[in-house]
Amino acid sequence: MVKRHFDYEEKYKNLREKFQELKKLSQSMDFDLTQEFQQLEEKMEDIRGTKYHNLSPWEKVLLSRHPKRPVVKDYIEYLFEDWIELHGDRCYGDDRAIIGGIAVFEGIPLTVLGHQKGKDTNENLRNNFGMPHPEGFRKVERLIGQAEKFKRPVITFIDTPGAYPGLGAEERGQAWAIARVLMLFPQLQVPTIAIVTGEGGSGGALALSVADRLLMLSNSVFSVASAEACSSIIWKDAGRAEEMASYLRVTAQDLKELGIVDEIIPEPVGGAHQDFTALADSLKKSLELNLKELQALNREQLLKQRYRKIRGIGRFLE
Amino acid sequence: MLKSTFGKQKLIPIPGSGRGPVDKTLPDEPGLKCPSCSRRLKEKEVKEQHKLCPHCGYHFPLNVWERVEIMTDPDSFREFGAGLRSFNILDFPGYDEKLAQAIDETGLSEAFITGEATIGGYPCVLGILDARFMMGSMGSVVGEKVSRAVERAMEFNLPLIICTASGGARMQEGMLSLLQMAKTAAVLGRFHQAGLLYISIITNPTTGGVSASFASLADIILAEPGALIGFAGPRVIKQTISETLPADFQKAEFMLGHGMLDGIVERGQLKKTLELLLRLHGGVKHG
Repeated sequence: MVKRHFDYEEKYKNLREKFQELKKLSQSMDFDLTQEFQQLEEKMEDIRGTKYHNLSPWEKVLLSRHPKRPVVKDYIEYLFEDWIELHGDRCYGDDRAIIGGIAVFEGIPLTVLGHQKGKDTNENLRNNFGMPHPEGFRKVERLIGQAEKFKRPVITFIDTPGAYPGLGAEERGQAWAIARVLMLFPQLQVPTIAIVTGEGGSGGALALSVADRLLMLSNSVFSVASAEACSSIIWKDAGRAEEMASYLRVTAQDLKELGIVDEIIPEPVGGAHQDFTALADSLKKSLELNLKELQALNREQLLKQRYRKIRGIGRFLE
Repeated sequence: MLKSTFGKQKLIPIPGSGRGPVDKTLPDEPGLKCPSCSRRLKEKEVKEQHKLCPHCGYHFPLNVWERVEIMTDPDSFREFGAGLRSFNILDFPGYDEKLAQAIDETGLSEAFITGEATIGGYPCVLGILDARFMMGSMGSVVGEKVSRAVERAMEFNLPLIICTASGGARMQEGMLSLLQMAKTAAVLGRFHQAGLLYISIITNPTTGGVSASFASLADIILAEPGALIGFAGPRVIKQTISETLPADFQKAEFMLGHGMLDGIVERGQLKKTLELLLRLHGGVKHG
């Protein structure tokens, strides 16, 4: 049976509560256990730290989808000032699975785009669980065109199970909309930084990831298709997703090794949701640094560097 | 996702084509059964019609060499890039065996062949995907060969024609295969900026990472009748939504009706159509 929820934190919480109870109880006793309790507490934290340091790929998949994990809107609100959302693709509709707009970062106006998962079931239903339709990708196309016109750097946040597989999406050219965005991002004459904050699922995630710099949070994942889908396609057995996750090399650490990811932003012990402020602060520092480096390049250098990076992807024998 | 679609394929060889091994799925009996109208057909009559069913027009799948034969001037195709080979980058279980089997069964080194050819005398760079080779999936090698074909066309100022048949990204190469979508799209961006012509011919079936990258980034997109074209495979969509899908859902005719294609061209008309398009874009005949 495949584990579907990341329940370690819950188990830890229960243990911690019991520990506190015992501590309280011991106060009414005659002998002093302070030292023993302190040692025990240190050991517990130590074990927890080790656990989070050694999560399996599947556990990271589960953590990247954790219901309490911060959503893209949280990052936008924390990192930027003067955020204004811009809606619609001017063709068909406004896809709530992708959020876009303008914001100010360190005094610089930016175009910001990201997948938008919900915080609860209702919001998730409204946002289609962060799974875009073609309108979403066409909104991206429109807003990056705008960024180029007004010379604004582009920051994208990636957190989606994938592009939506449905009737309307196919009718309105899902493949066409994604392909177009993939072709336009490398041509942008402004700096682009992409950050995988949660789940990077397939082509729908890739469409926002073609950038000068690709950053990943340490418990986020990025996958050619979900481990469940790959397992069901290759092994005809969706139940082997856990095993598949380790073969696919989906973790930030694996992808850094493969040269796909430029930088990993370490999450606090327990994951991004345990200490959002600390995480967002280190992300902010990294964004500042990366943006500064990219802005120091002239347009030609920027495009050349970016193209060389994309063109060089792949390994083969010759 | 598309295993079932591919599983139905019956391939018949064109005797004397001289290239590629004889297909092992050839039925024992001299006749063929049309998968669309179920009529018994004679191999010879099917072959004479570019492997179409003479009754219902069903397009039997073609391998890459058969495609070269129906699309290009005789003996004009010169392959390049055949030396590129895939390897098991991620140590993915079973990938080595799958590759070896595909190479053995198709006689190809990978799912995509590239070369220069003339069509009605007009030179072009041509790339063709073969669905028999691991479902025509795109890994590092397919992505690299697409990119090199685009670059070759740019180097010699030639139009580019690519025929697709693919289930999408090759999962055994993980993210490296997904990123081939970005790579091919980036290279094509430069190609379009250079003002050159790219014609995409979408054949049955083309989905996933191939449809969402180079297949749909052409100036002119043509498809074969009845070809399955889409982003998600029909099985996934059926699982996701419970409504019934239209009978012609994701078929070339459906996609044409929704504005995604420039036209549907019967196989017998393909070469003539390409010739016309090359001429209309200022093609200069060889010699």
